[in-house]
Amino acid sequence: MGRYLVNRIWHGLIVIFGVTAIVFVVTRLVGDPVSVMLPIDAPAAQRAQFSHDLGFDRPLAAQFGDFLVDSARLDFGQSMWQRRPAMEIVREKLPATLQLVFLGIVAALVLAVPIGVLAAMTPGGRLDKAATLISLLGLSMPQFWLGLVLIYVLAVRLHWLPTSGIGTPAHLVMPVITMALPALARLVMTVRSAMIEELSKQYVKVALAKGLPMTRVVAVHGLRNAAVPVLTIAGWELIRGLAGYSVVVETVFAWPGLGLTAVQAISRHDLFLLQAVVFTVAAMVVVTNIILDCLYQLFDPRLRLGGPA
Amino acid sequence: MSLARELWRDKTACVGFLLVLLLVVTAALAPLLAPYEATAQVLRERLLPPAWLDGGQSAHWLGTDHLGRDVLSRLIFGSRVSLLVGGGVVLLAGAFGTLTGMLAGYLGGRTDSVIMRWVDTQVAFPGLLLALVILMVVGSNLTSLVIVLSLNGWMVYARLARATVLGLRRLPYVEAAEMMGCGAARVIFRHLLPNMVSPMVTLAVLEFARIILAEAALSFLGMGVQPPGTSWGLDVSIGKDYMFRAWWLVTFPGAAIGLSVLGLNLLASWLRVISDPHERDRHLARRVFRRLAAEGPPP
Repeated sequence: MGRYLVNRIWHGLIVIFGVTAIVFVVTRLVGDPVSVMLPIDAPAAQRAQFSHDLGFDRPLAAQFGDFLVDSARLDFGQSMWQRRPAMEIVREKLPATLQLVFLGIVAALVLAVPIGVLAAMTPGGRLDKAATLISLLGLSMPQFWLGLVLIYVLAVRLHWLPTSGIGTPAHLVMPVITMALPALARLVMTVRSAMIEELSKQYVKVALAKGLPMTRVVAVHGLRNAAVPVLTIAGWELIRGLAGYSVVVETVFAWPGLGLTAVQAISRHDLFLLQAVVFTVAAMVVVTNIILDCLYQLFDPRLRLGGPA
Repeated sequence: MSLARELWRDKTACVGFLLVLLLVVTAALAPLLAPYEATAQVLRERLLPPAWLDGGQSAHWLGTDHLGRDVLSRLIFGSRVSLLVGGGVVLLAGAFGTLTGMLAGYLGGRTDSVIMRWVDTQVAFPGLLLALVILMVVGSNLTSLVIVLSLNGWMVYARLARATVLGLRRLPYVEAAEMMGCGAARVIFRHLLPNMVSPMVTLAVLEFARIILAEAALSFLGMGVQPPGTSWGLDVSIGKDYMFRAWWLVTFPGAAIGLSVLGLNLLASWLRVISDPHERDRHLARRVFRRLAAEGPPP
């Protein structure tokens, strides 16, 4: 376990380094940071001054070295747009994104387990078909469109909920539903197939033959064994949400999180803020991955001794 | 022939196939089918509702947008972008991923561990955000969209190709080919590749659906197809500013995305069933059982 953890952390550092390096190469080599950040009609003197102030005129190797050191110190420079440290903005916006993503995945998981189990009890039955159809629809609908439809129906037509923003629990409802639906669709499919597989195994027949009630067999024996694939997919959905797929939901509902900040930084050509967001997201994904891997090992003794294949 | 009959038997797969067919035909024949140019503006006919509503005109079946452009024509031309980006990414990412995955699986050893380490690392990248950064710097057009989405998507093919090759490479016919002196390239392309078609195609169809959603999301965020181009995601993003007055601007392009993706998903799940012998047997058994059950108990 200890060696495995060291291995994972090492790999995580490589991932963060890779993301940082790609952002550096793309912004410094492929594109010209000065022309990205300054308006097109900026005079040459202003360009040179700007380039000098931010150190873009120094050798690339020196720039990259400083960039890495600063990244390690979590110092990404000043946001051009808000005129304050980029990391400060990130720290301010992070909780909203975490709230949205966690609530979305938890809601998806809580709903997916009963739906998937009921569908698996009668494979091919009416309930199973309905669950499969709804999952397919959930997987096929673009997330931004679902959000807009919800806004139109629940906020504009029925006036039940506020259209966008943050503050009261009512503000949470639509963003969380939008965040949860694709995850719910995939989780229902996963719970269903994992349960169908478990329920066809010998030990289930033995338990039933012993006279245990079906509900107990399903809830205690089946679910416990089906937990690993289900939790794997749930973790994967969590990482997907953190890895920037909340951008779309945050944009639709004007949810002031990291994703919306990224979009704003892009439209304002705020390179330093964008770097801070990308770095933070990469680090979050790495840490979540490591935590989840450790959790699987605790959950499933079969996985214990095996490291990464 | 037998494949067509099998498709006809499975009604949901049929629906999926028809939806995909509709998408392909629409994109191919767009200039013939569309009543107007996608960018033709008639400012006097702005925000017309669909033809069946009060104030709608039969000249614009699905209404018009804020510049008086015909929504139906934009939908028809928008299908081209989805298909072009989806097809381009599937070909590019599929070819690259399959090749690297096969090399990893066939050569093994150090090549394998380097390639798979690379795949593992890139899978952990925040792909969507990196795509946004790259598109911001290099500018967004069809080519850069295809390249950026391919960079994000080739890893699944590599993993599947490697796993499939590991399953195939110890089979007697591959060993026979090696013993007869076939080089790595010949074994990979001549002997292994043809046997990997069905899993790779199933994955490609599934990925096609994912890419259509990704392109739509990027265009919705303003980092994909740029005006005056046409894309379903872009149309939804324009329409959202007029949502309170003109629901049709958001509804139709969104539905077009959803139906295309649904069609591809249905097709992919059917392909998975018919290309897997175990699933196929189960499918057949279920059908026979159902027919026997319908006939009632024997006398």
